[in-house]
Amino acid sequence: MSTMSDAGPKPLAVARGATARPGMNTQRAMKAMQTGRGGDSGWGGNDGEPLGGLPMPMAKVGLLVFMGVVTVLFSIIVSTYVARMGFADWDPLPEPRLLWLNTAVLTLSSLGMQWAWVAADRGQRGGVQIGLLAGGICASAFLAGQLWAWQQLSALGYFVARNPANSFFYLITAVHGLHLLGGLVAWGRTTGKLWRGVDVSLSVQLCAWYWHFLLVVWLVLFALMLST
Amino acid sequence: MAVAIVLVLIVVASLLFNFLNPWWFTPLASNWGQMDLTLIITLWISGIVFVAITLFMAYAVFRYRHQKHRRAAYEPENRKLEWWLIGLTSVGIVIMLIPGLYVWAEFVNVPKDALSVEVVGQQWQWSFRFPGKDGVLGRTDTRLISAENPFGLHTGNPFGQDDVLVKSGDLHLPLGKPIKVLLRSKDVLHDFYVPNFRVKMDAVPGLVSGLWFTPTKTGTFEIACAEYCGVGHHTMRSRVVVEEEGLFQAWLHEQPTLAQALSEDAAETGDPLVRQGRKLAQDQGCLACHSVDGSPGAGPTWKGLYGKTETLADGSTVVVEEEYLKESIVNPGAAVVKGYDPLMPPYQLSSEELDALIAYTKALSDQG
Amino acid sequence: MADAPYQENIHLHDPQSYWTKYVFSQDHKVIAIQYTITAISVGLVALVLSGLMRLQLGFPGILDFIDPGSYYQYVTMHGMIMIVYLLTALLLGGFGNYLIPLMVGARDMVFPFVNMLSYWVYLISVLVLMASFFVPGGPTGAGWTLYPPQAILPGTPGAEGGGIVLMLVSLVIFIIAFTMGGLNYVTTVLQARTWGMTMMRMPLTVWGIFTATIMALLAFPALFVGCVMLLLDRVVGSSFFMPAVSSMGQQLDHDGGSPVLFQHLFWFFGHPEVYIVALPAFGIISDLISTHARKNIFGYRVMVWAIVAIAVISFIVWAHHMYYSGMNLYLGFFFAITTLIIAIPTAIKVYNWVLTLWRGNIHLTVPMLFCLAFILTFVVGGLTGLFLGNVSVDVPLGDTYFVVAHFHMVMGVAPILAIFGGIYHWFPKASGRMLNDTLGKVHFWVTFLGTYMIYFPMHYLGFVGVPRRYYNFENYEFIPPSAQELQAFTTVVALIVGVFQLLFIFNLVWSLFKGKRADSNPWRATTLEWQTPDTPPVHGNWGPKLPVVYRWAYDYSVPGADQDFLPQTLAPVVATASNEQARAEGDKA
Repeated sequence: MSTMSDAGPKPLAVARGATARPGMNTQRAMKAMQTGRGGDSGWGGNDGEPLGGLPMPMAKVGLLVFMGVVTVLFSIIVSTYVARMGFADWDPLPEPRLLWLNTAVLTLSSLGMQWAWVAADRGQRGGVQIGLLAGGICASAFLAGQLWAWQQLSALGYFVARNPANSFFYLITAVHGLHLLGGLVAWGRTTGKLWRGVDVSLSVQLCAWYWHFLLVVWLVLFALMLST
Repeated sequence: MAVAIVLVLIVVASLLFNFLNPWWFTPLASNWGQMDLTLIITLWISGIVFVAITLFMAYAVFRYRHQKHRRAAYEPENRKLEWWLIGLTSVGIVIMLIPGLYVWAEFVNVPKDALSVEVVGQQWQWSFRFPGKDGVLGRTDTRLISAENPFGLHTGNPFGQDDVLVKSGDLHLPLGKPIKVLLRSKDVLHDFYVPNFRVKMDAVPGLVSGLWFTPTKTGTFEIACAEYCGVGHHTMRSRVVVEEEGLFQAWLHEQPTLAQALSEDAAETGDPLVRQGRKLAQDQGCLACHSVDGSPGAGPTWKGLYGKTETLADGSTVVVEEEYLKESIVNPGAAVVKGYDPLMPPYQLSSEELDALIAYTKALSDQG
Repeated sequence: MADAPYQENIHLHDPQSYWTKYVFSQDHKVIAIQYTITAISVGLVALVLSGLMRLQLGFPGILDFIDPGSYYQYVTMHGMIMIVYLLTALLLGGFGNYLIPLMVGARDMVFPFVNMLSYWVYLISVLVLMASFFVPGGPTGAGWTLYPPQAILPGTPGAEGGGIVLMLVSLVIFIIAFTMGGLNYVTTVLQARTWGMTMMRMPLTVWGIFTATIMALLAFPALFVGCVMLLLDRVVGSSFFMPAVSSMGQQLDHDGGSPVLFQHLFWFFGHPEVYIVALPAFGIISDLISTHARKNIFGYRVMVWAIVAIAVISFIVWAHHMYYSGMNLYLGFFFAITTLIIAIPTAIKVYNWVLTLWRGNIHLTVPMLFCLAFILTFVVGGLTGLFLGNVSVDVPLGDTYFVVAHFHMVMGVAPILAIFGGIYHWFPKASGRMLNDTLGKVHFWVTFLGTYMIYFPMHYLGFVGVPRRYYNFENYEFIPPSAQELQAFTTVVALIVGVFQLLFIFNLVWSLFKGKRADSNPWRATTLEWQTPDTPPVHGNWGPKLPVVYRWAYDYSVPGADQDFLPQTLAPVVATASNEQARAEGDKA
């Protein structure tokens, strides 16, 4: 009783003398027989036609989903920051001028990646090389700059645990920095592909997207910290 | 067939259990009977839904069990039926929500003439404070908490001078008056829960939370902590004694006010070390687990403890003297007395504080 | 618009060695089995822990080594392992990985290398968590909810040693693993469906797992932030969540933090988390019921909308876990309303399952038995949620055994029954053999009746007001002695049920080698995974050509059809003169 062995599908027969019950469901049943679209209300696509979902390369979809997750992550950090800010013991950090320099360097990094993207579209290998190099070097410089800013602040006595404003500063810069570091891993693989002569146009574009995304995230976070 | 029968039996057994089991609400002793009523409404609706769905399912399993030549129907959907079901469910939801929200509206609305009481939780005991004659509780700050100042009061604050301090022991309350409870914690989350009053609220360090109720019956009711607070969570209990106004006032007068406690400190004679030890014992929470009158608790009683020979968990014996006591305070897991759980966390007290506690323990054993 | 399904034209990773085929495999099926084995193994550890807890509760003091500290450690590890490392991992990583590509007609997940990584990172998170048993002080005993300040203060096991640190680090690693996996599941469903497989032709199992994955991607960041901040509070002494405290007589350095803030972060994750577990279970049950009752799922479109509605609403109910946490009491009105509203789409799903049975052709196979048990226990668990969600009723019932009974019914019993049903259902496809039927039925009845006997009466202890997370109940006068008798009874039943799970493990292993051989579609189901040319499916799943889909996933018992199921790949046949005769001849054969 428990298993139904498969005797193999029999050829499908059109209803011949089958007892049809009146009502909407019968019409659907008939439709199922004839067109295979019995119960569904498919989103586009006729039978047998291919569906690709979103019209873009797989890696791009993956990156978009990932950027969605990262956006949620930073949104939550921002909300907790705003909530914590309201408490009496909040003592805003002085923003070292170094952070402005770092912001400029990060912007340069994005510009570099953008250059590489445009060059890749035009098939200019040289331009891609320059853009990627500039993007990677500036991003690394940004990370180094952030670490230096940490050094400066702790030398001035602004330790991570001393005050919530401090804690948030270190947390925010660390999380952002780690995501940029991950981006540098992708950048490294792209550069490797370029050397081997593989087509990098998609990789460069995705790197550029990610770089611009992290730049926007940084600008928002920086503005938030400045304004408080 | 058998399956359908089992499903029906489960429904029958569940119903029987519901009506015949011995476990029901504790006797109500406050004004929050409406919570009980809302609960009962929800129980009835849930019960009816449970019985209906399960019996329907049982019948379907029986009636439409596989038989030769049975063919299932082809019914992708039935919009009308779905809308009816959504409607019916929504009605049921509303019937439960309305009384629930109504009671909540009363819960958030504290009566203006309520008597304030502060309840302070710490690992693992409760202490209480009344506002005294001026009706205002004095200001406190966690940063001020110390052995001498267990409530963390601003001792200069005028409102606090007449605050009545109940460092340990039961909380007494007058019958028939609305009581506003203000909750604080010194260390971790706790929860002031009195089953008979149907009240429950977390005590959160760093903020003051509140609840209110009106005791409607005299008697003694238990307080149980309802927010996990560490290894002593299950031992953190106390009691509320509800009595007539006259008796309550009498009890209140017997409790020390801050002013009295401060002046007593100044005027107290007798060995200052023993005094300090007694304070420490109260304020560090020792008395939550160790009694001083011989009654049993989570830890051994201190009455007659000094000089006693105790058997340890590993079977060896020890004479309770200064060295053993000091070790038991700073490293309690090292030599636990047989028959007691290793609950006690280490207390890093200064050697002066340790001496004070030893002195107090000696005094309790008439060996001071 | 793409010209062809994604994997029509790509070159799939082609493993050569034993290591790349069975260990560091990028094949979704192997990864799924790795997740399943790891999750079940760690789940057995948690089951043993629950046995120890029950021994202490039923027979206090029976085992010397179960002191209060150890008890609370068991409570914590049991809860965290079951919810996160078993249920979430098994439903998304196990069932999700195995079924999604097969059910949508793909050859594999779209990022196979990342998918492989996700398993190994998950395994690392499990090992880090298990390591906490071996550090000084042992694992954290803070409760699975890990509330500060207690989680990192003396008085709680594991707070001062490495226990809490390892727990938090393990969770962070887990979240990274599940982000990698989740990227795969979402992108594969969106982009790699085969010819004709529209979103509204996907089986509900895929809808359940897909939606749960999106929820996970949105909810886990909140847990991530909470864990990192708690870790900082513990390790560097910051005060995200730590107010000024006087702990064990010591004034600590923290100040200004908010314990309630942690609770908001935790439950913003925590509530969607329970639906992340429930939605895949719902999907699995829908597919199992329709297959074994030979009837289309009733109201497929409404079922899809209910899944989506539950997912969306689940993000705005979280503070029903915090009604008396000290947060603003007025929030209680809002969250009670949203919480009771989410009951409506959930109820619709229950009605639709039962209506699927109505006028069906019900085969009481082991998977079907698990479905019936799921419906019953989920109804009980879901209804008791209404008590707790209704804010003022939560006051007497919260933090009592009523809550313990509720969440075990709705998270512990019902989804586990769905998982068992799913394994009995798909085991023949994954292994080519049937699980033993008799053992299956014995396992079913003991598990179903046993867990019902454990958790149904427990609600009534909640009515008495017996608090949860108590090591024992000595000297509480409001708790009658009969409550202790019930605890003892519960323990005995729990131990029996626990031991009987070994029967299931035995069945799995024995049937792998000695089970009756199954053909490719023993249940005569319509969905794509049963149409693979090989059983078990080989790398690449479909052979040279991807399948083509012509119909929805529920064409069971279509009137006029000869057989009572039409596979999704079955093209419609239009009667013409030429094929009429061929069919007539075929019928005679």
